[in-house]
Amino acid sequence: MVLQALAFYVFAAVAVAAGIMVVTARNPVHSVLFLILAFFNAAGLFVLMGAEFLAMILIIVYVGAVAVLFLFVVMMLDIDFVELRQGFVKYLPVGGLIGIVLLVELFVVVGGWVSLPATKSAIAEPVREGVSNTAALGRLLYTKYVYLFQAAGLILFVAMIGAIVLTLRHREGVKRQKIAQQLKRTRAESVQLVKVKPGEGV
Amino acid sequence: MNWVQIQPALPEIVLACAAMALLMLGVFRGERSARLVSWLGVIVLAAVAILVASVTPTSGRLLLFADMFAVSLYGAFVKILVLGASALGLVMAIGYNQREGIARFEFPVLIITATLGMMMMISANDLIALYVGLELQSLSLYVVASFRRDSIKSTEAGLKYFVLGALASGMLLYGASLVYGFAGSTNFAQLASVLTAKDAGNAGVIVGLVFLMVGLAFKISAFPFHMWTPDVYEGAPTPVTAFFSAAPKLAAMGLFVSVLVGPFGKLVGQWQQVLVLISIGSMALGAFAAISQSNIKRLLAYSSIGHVGYALIGLAAGTEAGYRGVLIYMAIYVAMTLGAFAVVLCMRRGGQMVETIPDLAGLSKTRPGMALVLLIMMFSMAGIPPFAGFWGKLYVFMAAIDAKLYTLAILGVLTSVVAAYYYIRIVKIMYFDEPADAFDRMPDRELGLIQAAAAAFTLLFFLFPGPLVRAAEQAVKSLAG
Repeated sequence: MVLQALAFYVFAAVAVAAGIMVVTARNPVHSVLFLILAFFNAAGLFVLMGAEFLAMILIIVYVGAVAVLFLFVVMMLDIDFVELRQGFVKYLPVGGLIGIVLLVELFVVVGGWVSLPATKSAIAEPVREGVSNTAALGRLLYTKYVYLFQAAGLILFVAMIGAIVLTLRHREGVKRQKIAQQLKRTRAESVQLVKVKPGEGV
Repeated sequence: MNWVQIQPALPEIVLACAAMALLMLGVFRGERSARLVSWLGVIVLAAVAILVASVTPTSGRLLLFADMFAVSLYGAFVKILVLGASALGLVMAIGYNQREGIARFEFPVLIITATLGMMMMISANDLIALYVGLELQSLSLYVVASFRRDSIKSTEAGLKYFVLGALASGMLLYGASLVYGFAGSTNFAQLASVLTAKDAGNAGVIVGLVFLMVGLAFKISAFPFHMWTPDVYEGAPTPVTAFFSAAPKLAAMGLFVSVLVGPFGKLVGQWQQVLVLISIGSMALGAFAAISQSNIKRLLAYSSIGHVGYALIGLAAGTEAGYRGVLIYMAIYVAMTLGAFAVVLCMRRGGQMVETIPDLAGLSKTRPGMALVLLIMMFSMAGIPPFAGFWGKLYVFMAAIDAKLYTLAILGVLTSVVAAYYYIRIVKIMYFDEPADAFDRMPDRELGLIQAAAAAFTLLFFLFPGPLVRAAEQAVKSLAG
């Protein structure tokens, strides 16, 4: 138990520290790297909670794909982040006010939280004993939620078509490799022997 | 899960498979297959409409996919209208896309996926299913809005629609999560049994409901969530605008009705107030903001905001007669707007599209047929008897008066008088102003057919209102049951 508590505090503390660094780091590339660190620690927290599937997904999807994509975008777009941050002090009162309002709302909601005994039975799907949560999720996803799963697939299908429709351009005059034509070339049609007299050039 | 269980979802499954098959056909046949794929798409949409009619039970509701998907006469009514509107929108786009050099085979595929999303919205019996359907529809529409990707206006339209649409989706999700948090379920039937009239004071549920309504009001472009409409309508390619103003609006309105009446039916006192405000705002904005417009697409955008306001009167009434009124109004609105856009698509001069209102000057002398069609559409939209638009308004106003919403009905009549000004001004410009240069020949035979069909429907509706009214009535009955 002590080990678990220790691991929790280490993961949580590093996650919070990394989160703060994401916002405060001067170099945007460092921000993204701290974001990845925060993701890793969140994954650790998930493992501690026994949700190993979510932990793996977090690393594969967020670190493997999303964060790397962020990194590319940050490096490819030439944005002056220092300039973007210049209004920080100016907008602090407004932003702070909104933050405080949201915090108060959160307290009100959590403070007024009542859990009726009846809600326990309304939980979408109770966890069954003896099934790992990866298997349990898989069973649910392909039976009860198969409709939503397929629909989500269709949305990705549309996203793919959309990205291609809006960006793909067939450029004229681009030289592409045509292997058959390259192999058909004979020496006779591609090499020419020219007799050059000394001192005259071609 | 065996075959019998998923059979009622056959139309959606067929449509999804058809979208993928048409995409493959387009990819293998190359860019020149746009016309073929488009016509196949029209055929698929029509075939699916027949399929919808054949799998729907004559009474009651069938639930499938763990109660997330409901099939009923109400759904069938809205779906068939949506499929028809999508098919006509696609027909109108085929010639235009070719002339403008944006004919690509992905266009019909995206229209089909959008239509699929609409059908999933209409059938949704669960907040998650609702959201997924809505996103499938919206995502396809964002892409279609910026389909002319070399035009700044079109890309601006797509981007604006995307950003604001994402915001609205966020609001809707926030509302859905609040409702789930307080009611403990996302399923419509369970929500309906949990949320009783004594929850009316529960702030969490009410705030969630209001946020849900904000998201849906954005999708039907009702006041005060209409800001995107004029810009998107103006910027998107004209047949896309025609499509936007018909099918997605119809589907979102159908969803609006089924969400409010189904899970939140007992909170009618709560959502009624919100709807009254939204409805008055939309009608007033549609009437006043359209007056100063000189671009016909913008004018029709404001006009569509106004029409949504009138349709919402029926929903605000909160009675079966009111819901029936909404369905009839939307059906008539779709016919009118498609007819009007079929005329706008013929506004070409010297091979270029023109879209300002002064370009219509003297149309009655140069193109009498087109002028007559636009005259019928404008009179009908203004609500002048005996055209169909008048009957649509009559049904919703009568429902409002029966529900004792006198202010709403009176304001509706007053704003429709204001709106009549700009509708009739177009008629005046066409019939009494000095003729401008004649338009080019009618580009496609299909456009003429759509104009004629829409004109005939609007003109002759008062002789045969029976089938539509009866179908709407039966649809509403299955909504409650």
